[in-house]
Amino acid sequence: MSEETILVSLEVNGKQVSGLVPARTTLVDFLRDELRLTGTHAGCEHGTCGACTVLLNGEPIRSCLVFAVQLEGQKITTVEGLSQPDGSLSILQDSFSAAHAQQCGYCTPGMLISAQSLLDRNAQPSDEEIRVAISSNLCRCTGYQQIVNAVKLAAERMARE
Amino acid sequence: MEKPFRYIGTKRRAKESPRFVTGQGRFVADIHVPGMKHVAIVASPHPSARIVSIDSAAARAMPGVRYILDGQEFCAHTDSLYVGVDAPKVTRYALAKDVVRYSGEWVVAVVADSRAQAEDAAELVEVEYEAMPHVIDPERSLLPDAPLLHPDHGSNRLYHRKFVWGPVEEAFAQAEERLAFRVTWGRSSTVPIETFGVLAQWHESDRLLDVWASIQMPKYPDQLARALRLPGNAVRVHYDVDVGGSFGLKRGIKHTVLVSYLARRIGAPVRFIEDRLENMRGGDMHGPDRFFDIEVAFNRDGLVKGLRMRAVDDVGAYAGRSPLQLGKPVSAICGPYQIPAIEYEPTSVMTNKTPQEAVRGFGQAPTNLALERTMDRVARHLDMDPIELRRRNFIRSDQFPYLIPSGSTYDSGDYHAVLDKALAGIDYPALLRQRDSLRAQGALAGIGIATCLEPSGGNSAFEPLFNAKNDTTTWMDSCLVRVDLSGAITGVMGTSSAGQGHETLVATVLGEVLEREPDNIRVVHADSLNALPSNSPVGSRMAIMLGGAAAGAARKIKATLIALAAHNLGCAVDDIEYAEGSASVRGDPGKMLSWDKLVEIAHRKFHLLPPGMEPGLQAGFVWEVPTGGGLPTADGRVQIYPCYSFEAHVVLIEIDPETGRPKILKYLCGHDCGVMINPDIVHGMTYGGIAHGIGAALYEKFAYTEEGELASGTLMDYLIPSSMEVPELHIVDHCTPSPLTTFGQKGSGESGYLGSAAAVCNAVNDALAPMGRSIETLPMSHLAIWNTIRPT
Repeated sequence: MSEETILVSLEVNGKQVSGLVPARTTLVDFLRDELRLTGTHAGCEHGTCGACTVLLNGEPIRSCLVFAVQLEGQKITTVEGLSQPDGSLSILQDSFSAAHAQQCGYCTPGMLISAQSLLDRNAQPSDEEIRVAISSNLCRCTGYQQIVNAVKLAAERMARE
Repeated sequence: MEKPFRYIGTKRRAKESPRFVTGQGRFVADIHVPGMKHVAIVASPHPSARIVSIDSAAARAMPGVRYILDGQEFCAHTDSLYVGVDAPKVTRYALAKDVVRYSGEWVVAVVADSRAQAEDAAELVEVEYEAMPHVIDPERSLLPDAPLLHPDHGSNRLYHRKFVWGPVEEAFAQAEERLAFRVTWGRSSTVPIETFGVLAQWHESDRLLDVWASIQMPKYPDQLARALRLPGNAVRVHYDVDVGGSFGLKRGIKHTVLVSYLARRIGAPVRFIEDRLENMRGGDMHGPDRFFDIEVAFNRDGLVKGLRMRAVDDVGAYAGRSPLQLGKPVSAICGPYQIPAIEYEPTSVMTNKTPQEAVRGFGQAPTNLALERTMDRVARHLDMDPIELRRRNFIRSDQFPYLIPSGSTYDSGDYHAVLDKALAGIDYPALLRQRDSLRAQGALAGIGIATCLEPSGGNSAFEPLFNAKNDTTTWMDSCLVRVDLSGAITGVMGTSSAGQGHETLVATVLGEVLEREPDNIRVVHADSLNALPSNSPVGSRMAIMLGGAAAGAARKIKATLIALAAHNLGCAVDDIEYAEGSASVRGDPGKMLSWDKLVEIAHRKFHLLPPGMEPGLQAGFVWEVPTGGGLPTADGRVQIYPCYSFEAHVVLIEIDPETGRPKILKYLCGHDCGVMINPDIVHGMTYGGIAHGIGAALYEKFAYTEEGELASGTLMDYLIPSSMEVPELHIVDHCTPSPLTTFGQKGSGESGYLGSAAAVCNAVNDALAPMGRSIETLPMSHLAIWNTIRPT
């Protein structure tokens, strides 16, 4: 037996998508279960850890704290949307890889989204500004050091290009 | 070393990183099996109660509900989980039967088509309880009138022994000075960002259980099969599941038995992904909760002559392997110091709390805290510089191999050199000036030092030490290497990874030995039915054990290639020179067989094989932990881990005198884990370990109310340090190779964590010292500091 469903249509990573889901489906569940975009991770489901961070119209939000149906017609960017159009790594993704800014990889998508959002509005952030920006995302593996290094590296590389 | 390393020790990207930075990791919750059902748990609200009745009629009538399971049925059809000490009556099942022993214990499992439907139905299950007396405080739990958690066991004490290694009485009688104090490590854990999850599917026609889980656990398939009353080869655990952080913790055997039973019972795949509350309350993954009563005997020159350490550890309501977390520290019970006489009295006690699981260091971090508080208190008592005190007591580099009183021999080290490097790296004189200048401005400021060991290359030699009925001494690991017909190399490992970069490790080692580019080497995680035996990444063992196994297998491949070349080039094996995958006759480089030619002969040209050589090109290597295999002596001495990494932490902390808020201003760790196979990976784990220890020191606590309720079941009450609490971290490397390992490597999976909490605690106490106050209980929360410094 299934629940009553509702049609939700969004723009995700530049593509129009839709799905029939129960009204109580959160955005993170919609992305993961309905669209099978499993790069966005759920860590606490109460808005604290930041693993589920995605961009809503360019601004970072917790996808566990919002229902998909609330976002009808809006633009969402997930980690899968950060890569370059040919599928190769973005400068930020490549900098994470180069600086070993990930270990288990679970918080990484949310970290990347928060860092990308920072770089979108501040091309040359200071260490302190990087730390403030990623303070919304908990990481248990890295002690944040290599993540800060990676964001700095990405900013330097973006400035050169 | 024959020649400098080609790939080992160089900066190379982790092979795993591309999938993680693109969101293509494959975590357990990402695995979708058609038709899978979902579990929700009904948990006990009581810390101790009798289950009077369970009414699930309303729940059963809810949409999508497939099955409702209680402890009566479950316990009748499965066997109790493993107990690490000799306490057979302390049985443990995933679902409670008759009684509940902690708030959050699982009572009923509801299976439904969706997780939301399962949770809806779980809310309608009515369980009637009759509350019984509970005990939360471990000291009270040891009293004769305490309520018994497992009455058949006869007491709440799971394990107790007094070890005496060396002339302790004489040391205390003769020493010029003595001190006694208590230090407490609070109940915290690793709390990975991914909770535990498991998916199980039973294939009736094959009588085979498939399991995907975020698991890091030795003997997991074996324990699962035993609990399910299945032969071992009826369980297939897929190790190609990325684990979203573990640090020793993710041993969800209870979850797995439950889900596996349900999958078989209802004939559909079943998955259970803990939500955060379930993870923190009923996931049975708390860490050590331990106090130490320390007595130390020393002379006025600062030399420590004897140590008595009583350690009481509260494992919660069930045993598992957690009492053994008092055993592993026997491997480094005197730390990096020459302490000739030691009495160690570990007690493992049960209370009505969530059970404990293995945490990074397996009990070593709390023990290191006790040792490092001891060194600082001795220094303060003698008005001696804590650095000088440590230098005087350190084992010297010319004393290795060094046998400690409890029976382990340390392999190598240069503690003086690493500490000197750390002090130089942080500019210690300037750090002292900064502290004193802060104090002059009215701030509370302190410097903390901690120097400690990371036993590595984990084996289980503490199991026979803590349980005479367990004479397990084998603790092997392995690697299988295949070179296929195209000449490409694949390494096969038999366990899952949780961020430690094992694929990079294996590829680097195979590339090093075979002189082939590691980027072109694939590394896969086998399943438990086709893997060679592994004991999983515990006890900082994989650089040593998996790295050593990969090297062993690669050397077999190399020997085969050389034998093939000698046979076909008409010379002796010793005349073959192997370079970059090709084999030539020494002194006659024109006579050469390339990698591709050698591989082709091995796979396709049986007529060119030396007599007796197996066709194809693959090799497995299984080996025991170096120095392992021994049983303890009657007085409890045993060689536990083989290798001993060393770390020297220096930290400057400032405390706001108006609020008690701590802020770490500077942090540096000098680190020696021998030869680093991938420095970025080692540094990454060390940074993370330091941050984790900062959490244990200042923020993280599974707090309980008097009523026995867990008061920190979310990440809003259990405080994981963010990038604002963790400062810029610095590491200074040193390399003392281990003589026991393939490349001189030691372990580093627990690095940073083993000393950072102690260093932070010492720094806070240095800051409080001018006021004549101290804190000996972790976490030293903002509030605890305020209560200590506020005007009385």
